[in-house]
Amino acid sequence: METLNAEQLNFEPVVVGFTCNWCSYRAADLAGMSRAKYPANIRLVRFMCSGRLDPVFIMKALKGGADGVLITGCHPGECHYLEQNYKALKRFKLLRRMLSQFGYEPERVQLVWASAAEGTYLAHQISRVVEEIRALGPLHRASDTPSFELIGDAQLQEATV
Amino acid sequence: MKQERIGVYVCHCGSNIAGTVDVGQLSSWAADALEKRGVVVARDYKFMCSSLGQELIKSDIVELSLTRVVVAACSPHLHEKTFRTACQQAGLNPYLMEMVSLREHVAWVHSDKALATQKAKALISGAVERVALHEPLDPISVPIEATTLVVGAGISGIQAALEIADAGQKVVLVEREPSIGGHMAQLDKTFPTLDCSACILTPKMVTVGSHPNINLLTWSEVEAVDGFVGQFTVTIRKKARYVREDVCTGCGICMEKCPSKLIDQVYEAGLGYRSAIYRPFPQAIPKYPVIDKANCIYFQRGKCKACQLFCPTTPNAIDFEQEDQILQLTVGNIILATGYDLFDARRIPQYGYGRLANVFSSLEFERLCNAAGPTEGKILLRDGVSQPESVGIIHCVGSRDRNYNNYCSAICCMQSLKFAHLVKERTGAKVTNFYIDIRTPYKDYDEFYQHVLQEKVEFVRGRVAEVTDAARRPGEEGKLIIQVEDTFIGKQRRIPVDMVILSAGIEPRHDSKEVSRKFGISCNGSGFFTELHPKLDPVATMSKGIFIAGCAQGPKDIPASVVQGAAAAARVLGTIQQKSLDLEPVLAQVIDQKCSGCRICSNLCPFNAIGFDLERQISTINPALCQGCGTCVSACPSHAISGTQFSTEQILAQLHGLLAESFNGNGARTQSPAFSQAELV
Repeated sequence: METLNAEQLNFEPVVVGFTCNWCSYRAADLAGMSRAKYPANIRLVRFMCSGRLDPVFIMKALKGGADGVLITGCHPGECHYLEQNYKALKRFKLLRRMLSQFGYEPERVQLVWASAAEGTYLAHQISRVVEEIRALGPLHRASDTPSFELIGDAQLQEATV
Repeated sequence: MKQERIGVYVCHCGSNIAGTVDVGQLSSWAADALEKRGVVVARDYKFMCSSLGQELIKSDIVELSLTRVVVAACSPHLHEKTFRTACQQAGLNPYLMEMVSLREHVAWVHSDKALATQKAKALISGAVERVALHEPLDPISVPIEATTLVVGAGISGIQAALEIADAGQKVVLVEREPSIGGHMAQLDKTFPTLDCSACILTPKMVTVGSHPNINLLTWSEVEAVDGFVGQFTVTIRKKARYVREDVCTGCGICMEKCPSKLIDQVYEAGLGYRSAIYRPFPQAIPKYPVIDKANCIYFQRGKCKACQLFCPTTPNAIDFEQEDQILQLTVGNIILATGYDLFDARRIPQYGYGRLANVFSSLEFERLCNAAGPTEGKILLRDGVSQPESVGIIHCVGSRDRNYNNYCSAICCMQSLKFAHLVKERTGAKVTNFYIDIRTPYKDYDEFYQHVLQEKVEFVRGRVAEVTDAARRPGEEGKLIIQVEDTFIGKQRRIPVDMVILSAGIEPRHDSKEVSRKFGISCNGSGFFTELHPKLDPVATMSKGIFIAGCAQGPKDIPASVVQGAAAAARVLGTIQQKSLDLEPVLAQVIDQKCSGCRICSNLCPFNAIGFDLERQISTINPALCQGCGTCVSACPSHAISGTQFSTEQILAQLHGLLAESFNGNGARTQSPAFSQAELV
């Protein structure tokens, strides 16, 4: 990894983590119970399923001040709702392509599967993602992306269905 | 919009939270900084979940007329119910409470107190904004139909069915094979007590067959499952037996007279024969035979009917015109005890199973030992005449092996020790066990191991590389040579034996993933059904009303399978006793006025909850089938689907609160985020 400059070293990124109620939120609970440490930069939000993850939430989070977003869910084939995490995966892949089209580093949005038993694994992954986003530096919204405002919810959703 | 009156309660959890998070600062900050967002009171207390802590919340709800409550304590998976109940007792709708996981998600995973407190503020801020948009909800109450469906009639399913039936409730027991009994019916002796498997199983089977509360459907399979806990509609295909159960006496003359004899791959594990009209074994329940259409001369060539000719009953019990029956039943709960498949040792070609005659699988050996088996209990080589003078037993075949299955199959050590004892006892042959580790936990298991050690059974520690018939040294001619690294002496060894037994592992049923989809439960990577909680809820699944038992959940031996069968039955009886069940009101709803009828949502629902109203040209969601994942909510291009408890507005409000607070006191940031309240909707 390239060496970090002073600004990046002082920079504390804010990362929003979306978790599903059944696997990854429980993995985060288990990480706590196992006292696995990870950086305090992540703020977890709970859904019932990663399938609930509207790409609009990710864009709003980035726009609203997050430097990165971590999407988590049950492993493929282990979804509580059978197959909805595959839909999250599809949306994630499409959104990532759009991110680079907007000029964002696609690595700002990452996806990690974690089962309810993988507390330590999730903690490692959170640490990795936070460090990667720290290395990318702050996300300057206002000046870089004047076109952002034009992307309405309806268009975003159409593209991801 | 009327301003909500919100109370924020920060728990110390002793020093669990207070050790890492400045709880005092947190509560005074919440009272102060969040006042404009509706917080009228914020308190911290040593143990919020204690009755005194709950009392604090309750009296505030009453005295300060709180309309919303935020509890920042442990994970909602632990105490959400506690605090919801407290709110309800104080007259506040329980769903107007939101929890923040300060303990699991902050205090226990971070060490820097300032950063942890900062994060805690962000989380509380998010929860305060979110809870303001919560709506009062009522749990969904569903009536419980008393009949239970048990799928699979091995020992676990039998146990479950008997427990429920004995408690006076109706059970429908469905078995795919012509007889109940499962794998246990194939075994000879059971470890560690060496009691005869059939002797302990048959009485239970007979009870199942004659129990007034059990509707036994063998030679049947579940085709479809609809509905939800309390009211499942199951479609069962009762395959044609071509034998009339109302007249057949089970005399067995038809089986004797049937001219079509074939190798029995299922019950006799390929070692014995059966006729085309057959009953898997003499003690089979039910006693009626079944015609195997693919091998019946009449069905294949149009002539024969020997069974019909010799059938002594009037009217004749053989009915070639019988057709499959489709049954539709309503059941309240379902227990899946679909069992396991034995690992096919052909997949490890270097062990020679299927190629070298005297390499046997564990199930084949069980049949060899069984007095009712093809050799009447004599341990003989494949020629059917000679007794082995030396036997090698290979453990962990297909288990604990990253090429096949990573997991331990749990039964193989004890099973191999049992084989070693039986070979010693019946033939006096020299027995060598090849193992990686010997695992003998549980009652009397290690004592059995010690007993086998004293019988002068040899043990070589090392994973076997190869079983071959290519002799290289004198004394190896005509033998099977086991090539192994003896890890205790650090040397390669070649051990010639007459017979090799492969202690094959337990695998999920080949169609377990299909079955899990049919019943709407999940499987782990290997294909075993996933329990709700690995320790505290080992028989429930994430689908309410569906329970799992036996090897379908993971490898286990007979005692453990029986325990799980009984445990699943206890859980089912518990819900039947309640007569109705309250479900969490997490649902998607179509807002009729907004729906354009595009049907994008229809294909997204794996539970078929989304229908289409042709007349009004809009989608409809069946609340009984909706599981509340919210995938359709996020996919609707018209925002015409709303999700209770997880609405777009609630989530965006939470994000807003979370991020707005993330920047206060964060030195690296000067610019405030462009995320105004106006954009939320």
